Amino acid sequence: MSTIVLMTVTGLGLAALYFLVASGLSLVFGLADVLNFAHGLFLSVGAYATWWAAGNLPGAGPDGWGFVLAVAFGVVAGTVVAALVELVMIRPLYSRTIEQVLVTVGLSLAGVAALQAGFGADPRPFPRPSWTQQVVTLAGARVPLDRLLLIVAAVVVLGLLLAFLRWTRYGLIIRAGVENREMVTALGIDVRKAFTLVFAIGGAAAALAGALSGVYFGSVSPTSGASLLIFAFIVVVIGGMGSVLGSAVAAVAVGLLQQFVNYYGTSGAGDICVVALLAVVLLWRPAGLAGKAATA
Amino acid sequence: MTATQTPVAHTPEKPAGPPAAGGPTGFALVKRFWPVAAFVLLAVLPYSGITIPGLFDGPINSPGALQVLALCLVFGGLAAGYDLLFGRTGLLSFGHALYFALGVYGTDILITKYGYPLPLAALLAVLFATTVATALGAVALRVHGIAFSMVTLAFGQVGAILVARDPGGLTGGEEGLSLDASGLPDALVGVVNTVNLYWIALAYLGLVVVVLHRVAQSPTGRVFAGLRDDERRIGVLGLDPYRFKLVSFTLSSALAALGGVVYLLLAAGASPHVASSDLTLTLLVMVVLGGPGTRFGPVLGGVLFTYLDHRLTDFGASDAVDSLPGVLAGPLSQPLFVLGTIFILAVYFFPGGLAGLGSRLTALRRAVTPRPTLPRRNS
Repeated sequence: MSTIVLMTVTGLGLAALYFLVASGLSLVFGLADVLNFAHGLFLSVGAYATWWAAGNLPGAGPDGWGFVLAVAFGVVAGTVVAALVELVMIRPLYSRTIEQVLVTVGLSLAGVAALQAGFGADPRPFPRPSWTQQVVTLAGARVPLDRLLLIVAAVVVLGLLLAFLRWTRYGLIIRAGVENREMVTALGIDVRKAFTLVFAIGGAAAALAGALSGVYFGSVSPTSGASLLIFAFIVVVIGGMGSVLGSAVAAVAVGLLQQFVNYYGTSGAGDICVVALLAVVLLWRPAGLAGKAATA
Repeated sequence: MTATQTPVAHTPEKPAGPPAAGGPTGFALVKRFWPVAAFVLLAVLPYSGITIPGLFDGPINSPGALQVLALCLVFGGLAAGYDLLFGRTGLLSFGHALYFALGVYGTDILITKYGYPLPLAALLAVLFATTVATALGAVALRVHGIAFSMVTLAFGQVGAILVARDPGGLTGGEEGLSLDASGLPDALVGVVNTVNLYWIALAYLGLVVVVLHRVAQSPTGRVFAGLRDDERRIGVLGLDPYRFKLVSFTLSSALAALGGVVYLLLAAGASPHVASSDLTLTLLVMVVLGGPGTRFGPVLGGVLFTYLDHRLTDFGASDAVDSLPGVLAGPLSQPLFVLGTIFILAVYFFPGGLAGLGSRLTALRRAVTPRPTLPRRNS
C-alpha cells in the first residue's frame, strides 16, 4: 500500500513538471500554430538562472526566502527570454508557420550549445533547500517533500492560468484566438500582443519547471530541457492543443502511467507505454482528449 | 487554425529562366547532363592525389579525406530522402531518425549478434524498417499538420529509448554496438579500403537522386506536390490524400533505412546518436539550408552541413578561436551553435536555401543590366 502511495505521489510530481512545460506549449500551439522547439531552452534558462542566482545574487541562497528569491530570478529570466524570442524571432515571420517552427529548431540547437559553452556539458549540482529533502509520512508512506512541492506549484499555476483565461480581458482574447484566430483579427484585435503574452506566460511556467526539476533531480544540465520537452509534446497532443485543462489531465495520466509501469515493469517500458497511449488516443480521438481546440 | 494550412517554403523545380538570346544548344546540353558529369567526376575523384589546402588535411585520396567525403555523400542522400517528405509532400516529420536507426542497428545486430552475411542482413533490416514505417505512418497520418510532427517525434523517441535501454543486450546501450568485421566482405574492411566505402556512399546518393527524380516526374510525384500545395484540392479531385501520404512516408523511410546500412559500414558501428531526435532536426536543417523541394538543394545542404560540422569541430579547437575573448570563444567552439545560428539566419534571409540563391542572383542580375532591345529614341 505504502509503495502505491509513494508511486502515486512521485508520478504526480512528474506530472506536475510535464504540466508546467506543456501548458505554455499548448497555449502557444493553440494560438499561434507554432510548435515551439525552443521551449525546452526556456526551461534550461530558468534552471541555470536559478542556479546562478542562488550562488551569486545578494540575498539569494539555497534556503528559506533566499531560495524563493533565486527561483523568482529564474522565472523572470525565463519570461524575459521567452518574450524576447517572440518579439525578435517569431514575430517577423508572422503567419509563416513552418518558418516559425524552423527558427525555434535552430534556436534550440544553438541555445543548448551556448549553454554548454557557458556552463559545461556536465550536470551541475543544484542548490536545493534542505527541507525539500525531508520526508513526511502520508497514509503510511514516507514521501519526500520535493514531490509535494512540485504538485503544489503545479496546482497553483493551473489555478492562476484558469483564472487568468476565464476572468481577464486578455484571457478572453487568448481563448477566442485559440478557437479562431482569423475571426479575432477580423474584429480588430491585435492578436500579436496575445502571442507575446502567451510566450511570456509559457516561458515563466517552463522556467519554474526548470527550477523545480533542479530540486527534483538534484542537478541541472543543458540537455535536461530537451528530454522533458518530448514528453510535454506528448502531453499536449493527448490533451488537445490549446487546452490548459486537457494538458493537466493528460499530464497526470502520462506521469502516473510512466511511473507505475517503470516501477512494476522493466525500466523504460513506462516511456514506451506513454507513446502507446498516445497512439491509442489518436486512433480513438484524433483531436485529443479535450476535443477540437477547446480552451480553459 | 485548420491543419491543412501548411505552407512550405518552396521554389519552383526549374527557375523559369528566359531562353538565352541566340540560344546555344551547348548550354542546354550542359544544363541537362551536368549531374551525370558531376557524378562521374565524384566517382574518379579517389584516383587523384591532389591536396586542397584548407579543405582537407591530407590529399583527396587519403583515407581520412575519403571518410569525410563519404559521410558528406551519405548525409546528402539522407537529406534528399527526407526532402521527399518535407519539401515535396509537405509532411514535417520529426521521427525520421527512427528509420535511419533501424537500418543502422538492424543490420548491425543481424551481422554482429546473429552472424548473417551483409547483403541478407541489410535486406532484412531495410524490409523491417519499411514495415515499421508503414505501420507507424498509418497511425501518425491520422492527424494533420504540426500534430503529425509531434506524433512522429513521439514514435522516434521510442526508438531512442529502446536503443538507450539496451533490451536483451542487443543495442549495447549508451556505448553503442561496434560492427563485427569478420562478417563483412574483405573489400569493405580496413582503412585501405575506405575508397570502396566512398563508392558505396556515392552509389547510395546516386540511387536516391535517381529515385526521387523518377518519382517527381511520375503522376504520383505530381500528387505529392499537390498535397504539399493544397491537400483539399487533391481530395476534391477524388484521390485519397491519406494513401499518397503513406506512400511518400514509406518510400522516404525505406531510403533512410538504406542510408543507415551505408552509414553503418562507414562508421563501423552503431551509436545511440543515430536514433536521437537531434539527428532528424539536423536533417531538417540540411534540407532548409539547401532549399526544400528543389532537385539538388537538399543534397547540397546535406553535404555542406556534414562538412561544416566536421571542420567546425577542428575550427573550435584551433588557436584562432582560443585566442578570442571568452564570451566569443565559448560559443564558437560549439559546432551546433555556429550551425544553429547560420540556420536561423538562412530562414530569415534565404527562404529558398542555397538552391534558391542561384535564381535570386539571376533575377538580381537581370534587374541591374539594361535591356538592349528597348528602343530609346525619345531621349
